[in-house]
Amino acid sequence: MQAEQISIFLENKAGRLSEVTGILWQNQVNIRALAVADTTDFGVLRLIVDDNAKAEQVLKNAGFTVRKTKVVAVEVADQPGGLHSILEMLYKSGINVEYMYAFVRQSGDNAVMIFRFDQPEEAIDVLSQNGVTIVEGARLYTM
Amino acid sequence: MIYDIEYETMPREALESIQLRRLQATVSRVYATVPHYRKKFDQAGIKPGDIQQIEDLQRLPFTIKQDLRENYPFGMFAVPMDNVVRIHASSGTTGKPTVVGYTSRDINTWAELMARALAAGGATRGDIIHNAYGYGLFTGGLGVHYGAEKLGASVIPVSGGNTKRQVVIMRDFAPTILTATPSYSLHLAEAAEDMGVSFQDLSFKFGIFGAEPWSENMRKEIEEKLNLSAVDIYGLSEVLGPGVSIECHEAKNGLHIAEDHFIAEIIDPVTEEVLPHGQTGELVLTSITKEAFPVIRYRTRDITSLNPEPCICGRTMVRMDKISGRTDDMLIIRGVNVFPSQIESVLMEIDGVEPHYQMEVDRKDNLDTVTVRVEVSQQMFSDEVKELQRFEQRIENDIKELLGISVDVKLAEPKSIARSEGKAARVIDRRKI
Ligand SMILES: [Zn+2]
Repeated sequence: MQAEQISIFLENKAGRLSEVTGILWQNQVNIRALAVADTTDFGVLRLIVDDNAKAEQVLKNAGFTVRKTKVVAVEVADQPGGLHSILEMLYKSGINVEYMYAFVRQSGDNAVMIFRFDQPEEAIDVLSQNGVTIVEGARLYTM
Repeated sequence: MIYDIEYETMPREALESIQLRRLQATVSRVYATVPHYRKKFDQAGIKPGDIQQIEDLQRLPFTIKQDLRENYPFGMFAVPMDNVVRIHASSGTTGKPTVVGYTSRDINTWAELMARALAAGGATRGDIIHNAYGYGLFTGGLGVHYGAEKLGASVIPVSGGNTKRQVVIMRDFAPTILTATPSYSLHLAEAAEDMGVSFQDLSFKFGIFGAEPWSENMRKEIEEKLNLSAVDIYGLSEVLGPGVSIECHEAKNGLHIAEDHFIAEIIDPVTEEVLPHGQTGELVLTSITKEAFPVIRYRTRDITSLNPEPCICGRTMVRMDKISGRTDDMLIIRGVNVFPSQIESVLMEIDGVEPHYQMEVDRKDNLDTVTVRVEVSQQMFSDEVKELQRFEQRIENDIKELLGISVDVKLAEPKSIARSEGKAARVIDRRKI
C-alpha cells in the first residue's frame, strides 16, 4: 500500500532546484508532487514522479545524493475538518507523522496528501479501518 | 613471536636504567666528537655531566632537519669515515638531501631491530619475505633485507617497480610475508587482478607496511584486498630507518618503540613543552646506541601520542599511536593546535562518512571561526531533516570533545568540495593576521 518517493540532498545554493527539474525534464520524467524541507544551509527535496527508477538513476549520474523512501498517499475529504479527522485517528493510535505535503491532483472529489509515518504499516491499518482510502503507488504515479 | 625476549619484555625499571646509562654515554660522545652538538650544548649551558636522570634530557636543545642540512654531507657524523661502512640519504624535495652514516655495529643494531619488527609483524625464520621496498639510498629496502636475514627468513629482494614481474614472483615463489609501502601494496593488488591472479590464491599471511602515513580504513582495505594481516612499521633515516617502532600483529593498536635504543618524547610543536603520555603532539626521538650518526632530541615533525599501557603481546615497550599527520599541516585556532588529520579521524569514526571535508578558517571580530564542510555520502543521507541536523550536531560534538574547539559543521553535496589530483584541499585559511 505504500508509495515510493525520491529524496534528494541539496545545498541551499541558487539554481540547484532548477537543475534537478531540468535533468528530469530532459529525461522525460514527470513530476507529480514536490516538497522542499530546508534549514539555513541545506534542504531535502522530495518528489513523487511517474518513473522512480529512471529519476533515481539520472539524478545519481548527475552527482546528486538520492534515496528512495516509502510514503503513504491518503485521500482527504476536501472540506473543513477533513485533514483534522485523519490526524486525530493517527494521534489516538500513537502514530507520528514525520512530515506531509499535498499532492497536486485530486482523486475524484478528494484531495490527496503524502505522509511519512514512523510506523507506516500501522498507519495504513488504522486509516483503512476508519474508512479512509489509501492511494496505491501505481495509481498515484499516473494520476 | 618475540625475537628478543630479554629486551622487548624487560621490566620498565631495568629498561630505564639502561636508557640512562646509554643516554649519558651518547651525550658525552656527541659533545666530544660533533662540533654542532658541542656548540649547542655550550650555548644552552649544559655539560654532559649534568645528565643525572632521564628527565635531564629535557634540558638539551632540539635538533631539527635544518641542522642536518647545514652540516651537509658528513658534518654530523660522530666517528671518522674509516669507521663508516654505509651511507644512506633521504631525498631532498625542499633543499639538500639528509645524509646519514652507519658503522658496522650500527648496521648490526639496525638488523636486530628489523628482525624484532618483522617478528612482531608475524614473520618467523620459516617465512619467505617479498620485500618490495625500494633498495638504494632509501633505507626501506636494505633495512628490511638485513632484518630478514638476521631473523633467518628467506628474503626476495624484489625492490620497487616492475609490478608485473612482482605478481609472477608472488604467484610462483609463494612468499608468505609482504613488505611494501601501503600504497604500493594496493597497486600490487590492482595489477594482480588485471593479470587474473587472485590474492585469495596466494600464500601471504602477514604484511608489514610503512614509509608513509596510512589510516585504519586503508588497513581494512589492504587486509581485504590482499587477504593478509597488516601491521604498521615506523622509522626515519635521520634516526635509523625502518625499525624505530612496530605494531605487534596481536594487538594492532599502536607501535612499540625500541626504547632500549631510542628515547621518545612528545612535545607541543609551538611551545616546545614536553607533554604527558596520552597527549597528542610532535614525536621527538633521541638515539642512545648509534655510533656514526647519533641524534639528540630530533624533531620528527610527525604527530602522534604515547601509550604506556601494558600490551597483550607481552612487550613492555611504550606504544606510539599511528602517525596522524605532520606538524607542517598544523593550524592554531583560538590558541589550540589543530591538525586537519584529527578532523579526519573524527569523520572516519562515524560510520558511512567519506572523509571528504574541508576546513574553512576565518577571523570575525578577532575570534577565529571554523566551518567544517562535510560531503554527504549515499549511505548517511537520511530523508529527514532532523536526522541530518542530528548528524551535523554529532560531528560538532565529537570534534569539540577531541580538539576542545567549537566548529560549525555544514553538510555539502557530493563532489562540491574542489579537488586537485583527486584529493580535496583540506584547509582554507582566510585569516589575515
Ligand atoms: Zn603489543
